[in-house]
Amino acid sequence: MPKLKIGLYWAAACGGCDVSVLDLHEKILKVAEAADILFWPIALDFKEKDVEAMPDGHMDVCFFNGAVRNSENEHMAKLLRKKSKVLVAFGSCSYLGGVPGLANFYQREDVLRTVYCGSPSTPNEKKTIPQEKTTEKVGELKIPAFYAQVKTLAQVVPVEYFLPGCPPAVEQVWAAVEAIVTGKLPKPPAVVGASDKALCDECPRKKGEKKIKQFRSVADTIPDPEICLLEQGIICCGPATRAGCGYRCIKANMPCRGCYGPTPGVIDQGAKMLSAVASVIDSSDPDEVEKIVAGIPDPAGTFYRFSLPDSLLRGVRVEEAK
Amino acid sequence: MKRITIDPITRLEGHGKIEIFLNDAGEVADVFFQVPELRGFEKFCQGRPVWELPSIVPKICGVCPVDHHLASGKAVDAVYGIDPPPVAKKLRTLYHCVHRIHSHIAHFYALAAPDFVMGPDANPAVRNVLGVVGKVGPELGGAVLKARRLAQDIQAMMAGSQTYPNWMVPGGVSKGLKEEERKQIEQHARYFVEFAKTSIKVFDDVVLKNKAYVDLILSDAYKLVTHYMGLVDEKNHLQTTYGKVRVVDTQGKEIVKYDAKDYLQHVAEHVEPWSYLKFPYLKAKGWKGFVDGQDSGVYRAAPLGRLNASDGMSTPLAQAEYERFFKTLGGKPVHSTLATHWARIVELVGAAEVALQLATDPEITNPKVRELPQQKPSEGVGIVEASRGTLTHHYKTDEKGMVVAVNLIVGTTNNHAPICMSIKRAAQGLIKRGQQITDGVLNMIEMAFRAYDPCFSCATHSLPGQMPLEVVVREKDGTIVARRQR
Repeated sequence: MPKLKIGLYWAAACGGCDVSVLDLHEKILKVAEAADILFWPIALDFKEKDVEAMPDGHMDVCFFNGAVRNSENEHMAKLLRKKSKVLVAFGSCSYLGGVPGLANFYQREDVLRTVYCGSPSTPNEKKTIPQEKTTEKVGELKIPAFYAQVKTLAQVVPVEYFLPGCPPAVEQVWAAVEAIVTGKLPKPPAVVGASDKALCDECPRKKGEKKIKQFRSVADTIPDPEICLLEQGIICCGPATRAGCGYRCIKANMPCRGCYGPTPGVIDQGAKMLSAVASVIDSSDPDEVEKIVAGIPDPAGTFYRFSLPDSLLRGVRVEEAK
Repeated sequence: MKRITIDPITRLEGHGKIEIFLNDAGEVADVFFQVPELRGFEKFCQGRPVWELPSIVPKICGVCPVDHHLASGKAVDAVYGIDPPPVAKKLRTLYHCVHRIHSHIAHFYALAAPDFVMGPDANPAVRNVLGVVGKVGPELGGAVLKARRLAQDIQAMMAGSQTYPNWMVPGGVSKGLKEEERKQIEQHARYFVEFAKTSIKVFDDVVLKNKAYVDLILSDAYKLVTHYMGLVDEKNHLQTTYGKVRVVDTQGKEIVKYDAKDYLQHVAEHVEPWSYLKFPYLKAKGWKGFVDGQDSGVYRAAPLGRLNASDGMSTPLAQAEYERFFKTLGGKPVHSTLATHWARIVELVGAAEVALQLATDPEITNPKVRELPQQKPSEGVGIVEASRGTLTHHYKTDEKGMVVAVNLIVGTTNNHAPICMSIKRAAQGLIKRGQQITDGVLNMIEMAFRAYDPCFSCATHSLPGQMPLEVVVREKDGTIVARRQR
């Protein structure tokens, strides 16, 4: 079998997905045995023009992490799509939009004003906001334009596979690499490197009947480390979230926030979580239900923590002035 | 006017870009270091419950998530006016030291070492961590990988995931240490101390015993006379997680020592339209532009800043190395940017020693790892030393704990103006009219900012340890007159 040709790229990302690949430790050498890495900005010295010079479909697989936040991200997504037979959305940002996708609750100008004009440590009397083009004495300077909204990779180009997680668990990265090397990938489009169950199905905590009269948070509770967090009234996104992370937050006695994305067949993770929460509320009196629900602060930012750009909501919409 | 663009990842979504403008005589007229990235955490953290922020802000950076997690946890404590139990503070410090070990190892061996082991103008094909391993032997390579892996394992054990920490809660941490976990950490910490000693020796053999390198470190092209900042304890010893922020001037004299809550009295930020990243400065001195010296407001943070701003280390091996550092480099403060690499080794030793102290502390397995909030939440500031500089998180909430304002001054941001100035100075010293711009020259310009371990270049934590660079020399009309790539 000829060696596989693979590429890795980061768009609007924090670097955590790449760290997850580096955390393969010695196994990285095995990857190098089975595949030629043709593009990986964090580690290797190949450039955009090297990718442009490739024939279309030259790379067997390209792992793309990070969301699409600006025009350069989109340009690279389109270029890598053209040059790759298989494109994998790697990690929550690329797959769902991720935590930076929470910015979709706000308008672009609002974000810029807060950072540069609303900060107590930034006097900025001239109200300077960074610009795409600036003319300095010696010449013109450019930076990429900040898009109005965060987009997922699949909202920009067709994607074959989705590898969830913020970041993907190292063993799942390895499982996906093995599946690729041995040609055991499912029919696209599909989620790989994760379970087909919900996190609750794999969670080792003791579960009984869930009847909630009052929601709590880690701010006012020390949770019992053995018992289901949701049963203790702590919002845990396990019912709406795909398993595969190794329940790492649960092990730290903290609730899930959904980084592995929706369970199979579910389009909108937040809506699924909402129905899960509705089903555990122990009351049929509308007034009491309202009071109990009011005990969940920021349901949107909690249920859609990692998936707002991919959800049916997507974020605020502003009619463009013609 | 000619223009040289150093775009680390060549027109891709960037983490830093250098623009060098040459005048008609072919000398450096001006240099701009641009950060083309913004995600706006300050905005979208608004409206979230404040206790959720410690698990949101690590997404600012996947390379230093722990620093953000801790600064956030401390800010949340302050929002609720809680003082966590002693063991919670010790656990946080232990966890922080282990992260520091992982981060400093990655930087020194993968990134800095190639320039010194292989040489600043060595063939780029071997000027990487693989080249280093080839030269110093696979044993050291194996030890580096092992030390980094053990550090990652401890972080996962303590906080759920090594890259996605979810452990800080108001008033403490969500989970303590069991005795069998403690034993494992102790064993690993002993390995870290031995590894740190090896690292001193590596630095000695490779850098200090080579006069050319010591001269390079002390040369004017890599010197910047600034003020310095870092956390210290009551004895003014360097700290990572708790303590006060101390600022010393260009002569090493204390300007101020402040509590986290007072940061706005001492630090402010300047905005330029050509970069998404702001430029912090000392408020008392004011923003005087990109200039160094006693009257400038520009200060430096990170390992060099911390060593200069402190009076010593709290542990014996690190203290000995601290003393040798200043003795060798001509006394305090050291203004040589490249000395940051050595400062990082001094900190690596200190972090390993503190980790071992804490792992063998009889109290460390005490299950009382948090206090529950009693007060209504309002406002708070949390400061820790991130690997790349003093990290400030400032939150305001309503009385239910919903966030209404967030202000962040991130580690690398402290050094933004110094990075710009260091690059300019190196470029001015290295680019001479009529001379060819070789790969070695490029790399030596790059070394000026690589010393800071800038976090927007997470690329600096790469395997072969080298940022891809492209330099394009253009005429005023944009036509390319020379191109060099590696």
